[in-house]
Amino acid sequence: MAETTLARLLQRNARDLRNRPAIREKDRGIWQTWTWGQYHDEVRDFALGLAALGFQRGERLSVIGDNRPRLYWAQVAAQCLGGVPVPVFQDSIAKELAFVWNHAECAVIVAEDQEQVDKVLALRDQLSSLRLVVYDDPRGMLHYKHDWLRSYQSVQELGREFGAKHPGYFDAEVEKGKPEDVAIICYTSGTTGNPKGVMLTHANALALAEAFRKADDVRPEDNALAYLPMAWAGDAAYTLFLSLVVGFCSNCPESPETVQRDLRELGPTTVLAPPRIWENMLTGVQVKAADAPAFKRWIFERFRAVAERAEILRADGKPVPLGLRLACMLGEVLVYTPIRDQLGLRRTKWALTGGAPLGPDTFRFFRSIGVNLKQVYGSTETTGLVSLQPSSEANPTTAGRPCPGIEVKIADRGEVLVRGPVIFKGYLKNEEATREVIDADGWFRTGDAGFVDPRGHLVIIDRAKDVGALRDGTPFAPQFIENKLKFSPFIREAVAFGHERAFVTAMIAIDLNTVGNWAERRGLAYTSYSDLSQKPEVRDLLREEIRKGNETLPEASKIRRFLLLAKDLEADDAEMTRTRKVRRRFVAEKYQPVVDAFYSGGHDVELASAITYEDGRQATLKSRVRVEDVDAPVTARA
Amino acid sequence: MSALLEIREASKAFGGVQAVTRVSLEAQKGEILSVIGPNGAGKTTVLNMISGFYHPDSGRITLEGQDITDLAPSRVAELGIARTFQNIALFRGMTVLDNLMLGRHVHMKTGVLGAFAYWGFAEKEEVQHRRRVEDIIDFLRIQDLRRRPTGSLAYGLQKRVELGRALALDPKILLLDEPMGGCNHEEKEDMARFVLDVNEEWGVTVILIEHDMGVVMDISDRVAVLDMGQKIAEGTPDEVRANPRVIKAYLGDSKNPGAAGSRG
Repeated sequence: MAETTLARLLQRNARDLRNRPAIREKDRGIWQTWTWGQYHDEVRDFALGLAALGFQRGERLSVIGDNRPRLYWAQVAAQCLGGVPVPVFQDSIAKELAFVWNHAECAVIVAEDQEQVDKVLALRDQLSSLRLVVYDDPRGMLHYKHDWLRSYQSVQELGREFGAKHPGYFDAEVEKGKPEDVAIICYTSGTTGNPKGVMLTHANALALAEAFRKADDVRPEDNALAYLPMAWAGDAAYTLFLSLVVGFCSNCPESPETVQRDLRELGPTTVLAPPRIWENMLTGVQVKAADAPAFKRWIFERFRAVAERAEILRADGKPVPLGLRLACMLGEVLVYTPIRDQLGLRRTKWALTGGAPLGPDTFRFFRSIGVNLKQVYGSTETTGLVSLQPSSEANPTTAGRPCPGIEVKIADRGEVLVRGPVIFKGYLKNEEATREVIDADGWFRTGDAGFVDPRGHLVIIDRAKDVGALRDGTPFAPQFIENKLKFSPFIREAVAFGHERAFVTAMIAIDLNTVGNWAERRGLAYTSYSDLSQKPEVRDLLREEIRKGNETLPEASKIRRFLLLAKDLEADDAEMTRTRKVRRRFVAEKYQPVVDAFYSGGHDVELASAITYEDGRQATLKSRVRVEDVDAPVTARA
Repeated sequence: MSALLEIREASKAFGGVQAVTRVSLEAQKGEILSVIGPNGAGKTTVLNMISGFYHPDSGRITLEGQDITDLAPSRVAELGIARTFQNIALFRGMTVLDNLMLGRHVHMKTGVLGAFAYWGFAEKEEVQHRRRVEDIIDFLRIQDLRRRPTGSLAYGLQKRVELGRALALDPKILLLDEPMGGCNHEEKEDMARFVLDVNEEWGVTVILIEHDMGVVMDISDRVAVLDMGQKIAEGTPDEVRANPRVIKAYLGDSKNPGAAGSRG
């Protein structure tokens, strides 16, 4: 590939794919399309507008909001001028936003609407580098009069004037770009301390696209839904990098609430979704099936069982008997195709799940109805990609084969090391942290513990630093245990304890939807999450679920005692990261009384938990929760 | 400046009950005017007289100088006065989209036959009205509810759809009868935001009846206070808040505690 930066790729697309759709947005109920030619012009006008307003090479531009074409264009515009986009999570609380914007010294913030502008306004005094705020949606902005606040359109108008006066400026700026320039800074939520700014270069972006293209089938004709948070490296890799390199079309949904319907209308050919989305889809299918008339339900259940049997045989590489194959063909017509159609997955060539493990039942369901669902593994620091399952080797347990050009090696203590052109440049303003994770030979320490199986697939067990040992020396991998638990539809989050203890215990946050539904069907009245979670019936339900999870665990790692939390774990309370990873150390400290009770044999715990509202206000929630034994009571010896 | 809507000395009695006695009110173009008062003060009756559901026994109501006192509700609507109801009046079995399209009815010119044939003009008209309705859907952020029957929506959302139905009329004046009644805190905030935006961005004059004093004082340009069918105060929120007669009507006489509560 001759083009060495994303900005040049945009120019190439505008030339070679001029009239092909580049990005769509559903607006006023209709999909509006921009071709690569139009995409290029929109980016150019905005970039020139930024230039007219004094945007310099190397300066940083942040975007905050839902997935909107204009927010993507703003990022590409910054890249064209040699600037660096810094997308942020819009549900972050003020303190986190202020940290990122200050740390990255953002000069420009492009905000989707009034709601996001208000967040910037509230922090304005703390943001010393901020010069310009641009908003996309003018609604409600009539009385916002500041000389540093502008509408997206007005910036583009300025850009057109500037362009008329300075012909060739844009192309010259694009020409100055170098592959080793930073293309984006994605902040990792980090399970400890402040987030770190991961600097990804244009070379990283192109390397990612190359590696991905060799591992899987992507073409300019493809359609993808751009609905994941823009601040997540996965979305940047997919909607910005891969889309620009390959030239496929990204589609922005109308609103976060309409994603499911938009997905169906669109029928994307490629889908990237975290486990939670797959789980929600499956739940949706199950709920619909349960509401269907008895005959239809019977058909669904029959053919679902047939498909799963066939899928298990296929996954094990065994031949599928003729009868079963015929049944599958009938099922394809009666059940599988209609379901895929309803979910919007009918045209999907491949679908990826990553970021966290997906329950084997869910995984198998989608594969069995003909969705080519596969696991992908990567982190922000590896531009979102390390390994991927080939279509013929998809399975629920591994993370797939390392992609072409990416080397993987297992260090002592089982840590997974990765080397290759996708490894990031470094953490912004944090040399020390960078040196900690990249060694002299260029190996990046992922922090994940895992191994390579005989087939050559990478298997991830847990975060390396979390792997400990029980008192008797049995290795203890909390995430491994938690994932077994989270495969239950009733469990939303789980935190396992056991390092240097006699046995394993777990704190569990129930899933309000499924448990609430379960309670309703049994006529069990409840008022709130905390009320529901402390019902004896719910405790019994969850005990049964934990027993099921225990069956798949080795004897020493079985969960002996558990507790149902009176509130869900929340990123706003710093218990989880924005991408919903448990901040283990923080949680262990915060719930010290629970841990004490687990191992002292006590049953009642008084919990005073501080909760943080979305606007940053804090309150204390007092609750009384009960520690339960999974089987017979454990005598206190811990 | 002459008022957009003017009510002069309007009275209305139901049998022996004098609901409204010689109330005068003016709504200026572009303002948010709130009408407040204890239960039974006559607020909804005033709204009903403006929208033509009731005709005053005496007094006059004019819109931009034109007398609308005795017009039928449909005529008042055509002149640009839209309203929402205290107890939501939507077609529960119809979708959100259909309810909103119905709100465009007064602007539709195609007759039954023309609409049935759906040729040329009828189609063009439908598209044009749909565009307007989509603006409203976008404005109220109910994109995900287009195809949902209104009866299946949560109460706060039904209130929002009803506001949309009123907005579909492209009104000059919007009469809102307790748009936040029965809503939770978040729904109230959303509704207040919508009312402000309708007023600021679309230039619609709003006459609001609302019990939530926090909201009323926050968003109104002027407030009129009714008590037992009579206007007892009018002015900016601050003036009204400080008015002794208002305090008395709401909190009762300090010498005679319980008087306010006993009236019901």
